[in-house]
Amino acid sequence: MSWFTKALSSTIGRKLLVAITGLFLCSFLVVHLIGNLQLFSNDEGVAFNAYTYFMTHNPLIRAMEIILLIGFVLHIYEAWTLSRRNQSARSVKYAVNKLEENSAWSSRNMGLLGTVIFIFLLVHLYNFYFKLKFGELGLDAAGNKNLYAITIEAFSHWWYVALYVISMIALALHLIHGFQSAFQTLGLNHKKYTPAIKAFGYFFSIVVCAGFAAMPLYFFFLY
Amino acid sequence: MAGNNPNSTPMNLTLKVWRQKNANTPGQLVTYKVNEISPDMSFLEMFDVLNEDLLRQGQEPIAFDHDCREGICGMCSMYINGRAHGPEKGTTTCQLHMRKFKDGDTIVVEPWRANAFTVHKDLSVDRSALDRIQQAGGYVSVNTGGVPDANEIPIPKSIADKAFDAATCIQCGACVAACKNASAMLFLSAKVSQLAMLPQGKVERKTRVENMLAQHDAEGFGSCTNIGSCAAECPVGISLENIAMLNREYIMAKATSDNIG
Repeated sequence: MSWFTKALSSTIGRKLLVAITGLFLCSFLVVHLIGNLQLFSNDEGVAFNAYTYFMTHNPLIRAMEIILLIGFVLHIYEAWTLSRRNQSARSVKYAVNKLEENSAWSSRNMGLLGTVIFIFLLVHLYNFYFKLKFGELGLDAAGNKNLYAITIEAFSHWWYVALYVISMIALALHLIHGFQSAFQTLGLNHKKYTPAIKAFGYFFSIVVCAGFAAMPLYFFFLY
Repeated sequence: MAGNNPNSTPMNLTLKVWRQKNANTPGQLVTYKVNEISPDMSFLEMFDVLNEDLLRQGQEPIAFDHDCREGICGMCSMYINGRAHGPEKGTTTCQLHMRKFKDGDTIVVEPWRANAFTVHKDLSVDRSALDRIQQAGGYVSVNTGGVPDANEIPIPKSIADKAFDAATCIQCGACVAACKNASAMLFLSAKVSQLAMLPQGKVERKTRVENMLAQHDAEGFGSCTNIGSCAAECPVGISLENIAMLNREYIMAKATSDNIG
């Protein structure tokens, strides 16, 4: 192994990769949320479908899609590898262990939260991305593939809405620990900035996840 | 604090203590009763009372690590009711007083658990993995020459204070014991930052962090996931800022050191 791969497969190296990819995925969440806000525009989905057309045909976006996939794969693979190492670092467990008295639940259950998000991601990709790419979709008034109609259909089922809301709660908890944790991993901990980073991370997690959760709720209750 | 026993009425307690013959035999929790425990006793003194009882009954006393009994040596290592060094913040087991418990309490006492640590016997744990991390680079090489004058190298007070804070680590291993991942990063980070902040230590800072982390990983400790249990349980209050500094040191060392192996 070269010094580079050795560095990245150490315990610090792996979590650096988790942190960098994690922050990158946060940037994806922002773009995805802002784009999808067009679901709320009252135009029978014309703007949203035009946006969908742009996102699936712009070469820059297509290239980013591959980088995004690599980001997801790296984030999951490195976190999974570290989790396995960490689980095997203590074979004999404590009979009594009160971790709840010294740490936050979400920080200790990032793997569990991540798994919920991963399962959600598979369902989400199947229902929208897969159908958009390979399914038979009708066209809207402007002649674009009508993904908006698929969205309305999906969010008319209560269990589908429930899955989305629960997953967004899991994502919020994942981000509340993950966002500020990434800065700590990158070595950025300073009494001037860390309180602000933590506060922003909290705000970011709640706002982004509430924004996403509002979409299924909107279509189920108000549309 | 809840559970405080303000008066000096002696207490009767039930203890569930981990008994293990040696590193190669499996152990188990064994229940003991201790009576007439003064609230002013330390947790270890309570164990002394129990051991005297056991000796009188012709039983094998419980092996546990201890030395200075004033919170300096870092030997006493008990996981008490699910907490490293017990429920009180910022203390070692020897500094934990029985007044923190109530008459009739059941207290579970286990050894530090980590695959990088071995249980010698009962509650006595081999923590020499931490020594090996220290030996991998936690020093300043002075190869030759006379002793330099004190204060010859100017060090700002704020830096000296921070380095001293890191240097207060007593290598007790509570961070490893409390960490969900059995990671020794808080210990490692205290040692790395203490030396990296001082001019004398800066000379070897790159090889130090590279070698010490390599040793940490080779010993089988887990990785840090920024949970913070370690700092919450640390008897001397080593801060998580040290782990951030360790990460910085490591990134800088890997990016710029001459070591390409």
